[in-house]
Amino acid sequence: MAMEYFIQQLINGISVGSIYALIALGYTMVYGIIKLINFAHGDVFMVGSFIGLFSARYLASAGLPPVLVLIISLIFSMTVSALLGITIERLAYKPIRKSTRIAALITAIGVSFLLEYTGVLVLGPQAQGFPDIMVKKQYQLFGTSIQVDSNQVMILITTIILMIILQYIVRYTKTGKAMRAVSFDMEAARLMGINVDRTISATFAIGSALAAAAGVIFGMTYNSVDPLMGVMPGLKAFVAAVLGGIGSIPGALVGGLLLGTVETEISSMGYSSWRDGVAFAVLILILIFKPSGLFGKNVREKV
Amino acid sequence: MKKINKKFWLGIIAALALYGVVQVLLTTGILDDVQRSMLLLICVNVMLAVSLNLINGITGQFSIGHAGFMSVGAYTSAILTLDYDVPFVLAIVAGGIVAAIFGVLIGMPTLRLNGDYLAIATLGFGEIIRIIMLNTEYVGGASGLSGIPAKSTWTIMFFFMLITVVLINNFIRSTHGRACLAIRENEIAAEAMGINTTLYKVIAFTLGALFAGMAGGLSAHTFYVITPGSFNFLKSFEILVMVVLGGLGSTAGSIVGAVFVTLLYTYLRDVPEWRMIIYSIVLILMMIFRPGGLLGSTKFSLKKFGKKEAKANGGISDSSAS
Repeated sequence: MAMEYFIQQLINGISVGSIYALIALGYTMVYGIIKLINFAHGDVFMVGSFIGLFSARYLASAGLPPVLVLIISLIFSMTVSALLGITIERLAYKPIRKSTRIAALITAIGVSFLLEYTGVLVLGPQAQGFPDIMVKKQYQLFGTSIQVDSNQVMILITTIILMIILQYIVRYTKTGKAMRAVSFDMEAARLMGINVDRTISATFAIGSALAAAAGVIFGMTYNSVDPLMGVMPGLKAFVAAVLGGIGSIPGALVGGLLLGTVETEISSMGYSSWRDGVAFAVLILILIFKPSGLFGKNVREKV
Repeated sequence: MKKINKKFWLGIIAALALYGVVQVLLTTGILDDVQRSMLLLICVNVMLAVSLNLINGITGQFSIGHAGFMSVGAYTSAILTLDYDVPFVLAIVAGGIVAAIFGVLIGMPTLRLNGDYLAIATLGFGEIIRIIMLNTEYVGGASGLSGIPAKSTWTIMFFFMLITVVLINNFIRSTHGRACLAIRENEIAAEAMGINTTLYKVIAFTLGALFAGMAGGLSAHTFYVITPGSFNFLKSFEILVMVVLGGLGSTAGSIVGAVFVTLLYTYLRDVPEWRMIIYSIVLILMMIFRPGGLLGSTKFSLKKFGKKEAKANGGISDSSAS
């Protein structure tokens, strides 16, 4: 029985982990390309969640079937958030690309506050209920007591599809190749005729779209969204990105899933108030013993 | 040598004059209670900003866990005055010392890390300290400690602030401070010149933690209540913002930044729903148009005040972009 309980929590952990992983991808891609900890990323996740909420409400009242409501609001939210990501990059981060890293970090914190409190101003500080897009169904696994609900299946399917698309974009498209080249060496990429500005915008767009998808999934799982909801998941997702090795896409995925499962197991053992502490403790241990993260490249210091 | 001494004493006299003027204004009632608590808050924030500047600006170690040290100091001194009736000033100093011990314990393992990794590790430690406080019944858990005697007066606050600024500023100008600056400029070169980089990084970190702890204790005894939530990573960001807005690496800048942010926070209280929005827009615009901060890397001396600084661009080199 204990084993089944453990596996049950593992399955629950994977859904939380998928949300972290989707947000972490945006962090890791942006960091990989312009070495900026984009603290506003958690708030793009929040905006995505709200756009998903409004479009789902509208579409559901128009009487569309649940699967269509989900797909359309997911795509709509991802598109708008991608545009938001590009706008943020153009207006706030591009002018300071040449200044110090700490100035860039402060700008990111500023953008984060701006999104959060514009949200509070426009939407009010209270949490709003996310519409039930799909009726939750429970499934038993292989005659055991382990349960999986339809929402968890949906999360897993969405995450896997998005990962496949992301892998395809990064590996095989021209934009993806440009992204890898720019993250490897921005100046050399520029000399090779790659449009660096456009590539950076594309990175922000993809990262923000993934965060928005995570936002919609988060709303469907927890049924409650508010303007400050992005702060903690954003920070955790960043932890996940560092855990997996910042700059590495598979690292973000593994880091997110790992963090999600560790957290869920800790909560299920009755230590839920220590959950965040354990997440940070794992991070610090990883940093001390393997500073570049699980999948990170080891960068030698040059004199 | 004599010249430095003269400038030093001129600064002290100017500070004492400022103290006297404000004290007179307070006793005659020209400044009301709101402005009084704002002045006390400025003192706390100046201590926090100047001590973080020693770590971030002078030694170049990117730390964003300052609120953690602040909370250690605040809780220690609050418990000492509440439960053990320890004299106020002694409790504050004890809070600073406990925070400094935490600084050593946290600094030893993490200061091997570079740049952004160090930032994240310190942020993690700050959050862990908060979560430990949150889960400890003895310190009140989530509701924190309340009924802390409001013993902070303008006189005590001002002299704690003055001592902090003078000590840190003198440290920066000493041999040890030069070593810290060398680490900021180029760690490998500093090590090659025979500087024990780990030792100096830990010293800077510990000193920063010491003063942050004292600032925490003072703020606890100003505002009666402390909760773990008031020392989260957003508080650390706020301190970092003061340092960077003022000018990273400049003590005078940190003071200006702390005063500026405190004033901004206080006066925007009249428009609560717009407060954070205006604040964030100010942050973004400042970083775009004046990335080196208000004062750049101006050193703390009266002579240079008002003079245009040659190195407007912050004067800090990027430690992790080797």
